[in-house]
Amino acid sequence: MSTTHSRTAGKAMISPAVILLFLWMIVPLVMTLYFSFQFYNLLDPVTSFAGFANYEYFLTDPAFFEALGNTLIIVIGVLCITVIGGTLLALLLDQPMFGQGIVRLLFIAPFFVMPTVSALVWKNMFMNPTNGLFAFLSKLVGTTPIDWLGHHPLASIVMIVSWQWLPFATLILLTAMQSLDSEQIEAAEMDGASALSRFFHIIVPHLARAGTVVILIQTIFLLSIFAEILVTTAGGPGYASTNIPYLVYMQSLLQFDVGGGSAGGIVAVILANIVAIFLMRLVGKNLDL
Amino acid sequence: MARQVTLNRRLVNTAVAWGFGLLIFFPILWTILTSFKTEAEAISLQPSLFAFDWTLENYQEVNSRSNYPRYFMNSVIIAVGSVVLGLIIAVPAAWAMAFVPSKKTRGILMWMLSTKMLPPVGVLIPIYLLFRDWGLLDSRVGLVLVLTMVNLPIIVWMLFTYFREIPGEILEAARMDGASLKSELIHVLTPMAVPGIASTMLLNVILAWNEAFWTLVLTTTNAAPLTQFIASYSSPEGLFYAKLSAASTMAIAPVLILGWFSQKQLVRGLTFGAVK
Repeated sequence: MSTTHSRTAGKAMISPAVILLFLWMIVPLVMTLYFSFQFYNLLDPVTSFAGFANYEYFLTDPAFFEALGNTLIIVIGVLCITVIGGTLLALLLDQPMFGQGIVRLLFIAPFFVMPTVSALVWKNMFMNPTNGLFAFLSKLVGTTPIDWLGHHPLASIVMIVSWQWLPFATLILLTAMQSLDSEQIEAAEMDGASALSRFFHIIVPHLARAGTVVILIQTIFLLSIFAEILVTTAGGPGYASTNIPYLVYMQSLLQFDVGGGSAGGIVAVILANIVAIFLMRLVGKNLDL
Repeated sequence: MARQVTLNRRLVNTAVAWGFGLLIFFPILWTILTSFKTEAEAISLQPSLFAFDWTLENYQEVNSRSNYPRYFMNSVIIAVGSVVLGLIIAVPAAWAMAFVPSKKTRGILMWMLSTKMLPPVGVLIPIYLLFRDWGLLDSRVGLVLVLTMVNLPIIVWMLFTYFREIPGEILEAARMDGASLKSELIHVLTPMAVPGIASTMLLNVILAWNEAFWTLVLTTTNAAPLTQFIASYSSPEGLFYAKLSAASTMAIAPVLILGWFSQKQLVRGLTFGAVK
């Protein structure tokens, strides 16, 4: 169909994007890999070959396991809250009501809030144990205010991040729900299917594809949560709210340990790849091109 | 088509949905309200929703900080600059993939998507060191380049899904009439592609505006955008809730408004065209 001429032109048009992305990925990645085998501290210009010492250091550090666990808790916790909450809210928004457009706007708004803003607003104006709104509400019902970020740092971060991502899950699941053929539901209704069985046998299967996409995209972002931790707890107390990205950041840019940080970076890449292989299979099936 | 529902049920739905909507929106509303309070009222142990002395002093104070306009301009330059540069690279690529697809097209698109899965910390150190050596640390140019690459896969994907919907027959017809590649682009494709390009631009400006990894680790003062400015309130001195709220309101208002206009495209863009 297309001519040789247009094929050549097509290649020329695609190449810049492909080459630039390839360079952006591969050059730094190879450098990280190289640094990870070097003793290299920014404060000390002398470098030397380290073998696997950096990996040994990073992987046997108790902080690593804590950070790995925290990373998984953040990803899984936020996914559970947003996917389940998003499905329920989408069901609600799909019902006939007055002012649906405005309600949608209210629901989607948190997604547009800059991460540093939402983290600091939650930290100070809601979770602060003295002047926060939660403390005010606790006192109103007669319980002792909770020091959210001090005593439950990880749960607090999961909460803040869930607030940011709930709108995204809701909006996408709602869009998918609206494409459901209402006659199918009506037919099931006439056959006497209960609301619950209609939900599990018609709506949930219909949402599978959109749900997969939500999980894929959120996982990409959730594995790399950074700003929310930086401005709320700075990873603390101890390592209680440090995830892998934040640990690598501390190792490299705060402790100037390029070698150790790079080993951590490579570990993060390997972890992301394990997750990615699994997710890409799911998505490959669900995306038609 | 539409199912019959009683007025009662509709009213109940409305009440419940508005209730949840306001609950989710509340932190933003609270931030906006607090920005009009005095610092003393902002930390009051008896907080008030509307009954306080409304004041603009926080906005004046934040704006009078000598460097505030600079942060704001940096955000604008970095967000718009990176998206424009991204479009210049992505439009030809997406055009070719949509209209001259080859066996490799699917593979290339999936590969581009997979680059988004590379964790930023995997490339943080080399980028940081290269930027230090090239004098790009804390520079707008450096951040524009980084954010261009970060958003490029999404830009290509979004454009691809829009371009794919432009009927190929129109281009075939133009070609039959002897239109050159260039005039095909200018007279046939462009008018049909503009809405898709505009949506792509809008969503990616929002994403770049809110990007909070690279903007935080690669900037200190000169090129620091609003994400960094807000982060400076994480270790403040003295009372700051009302000022934080005023600064936050100004930082989120532009994208909140843009975002509300682009919510339909948001679904499509962020799901790589898989959900429309």
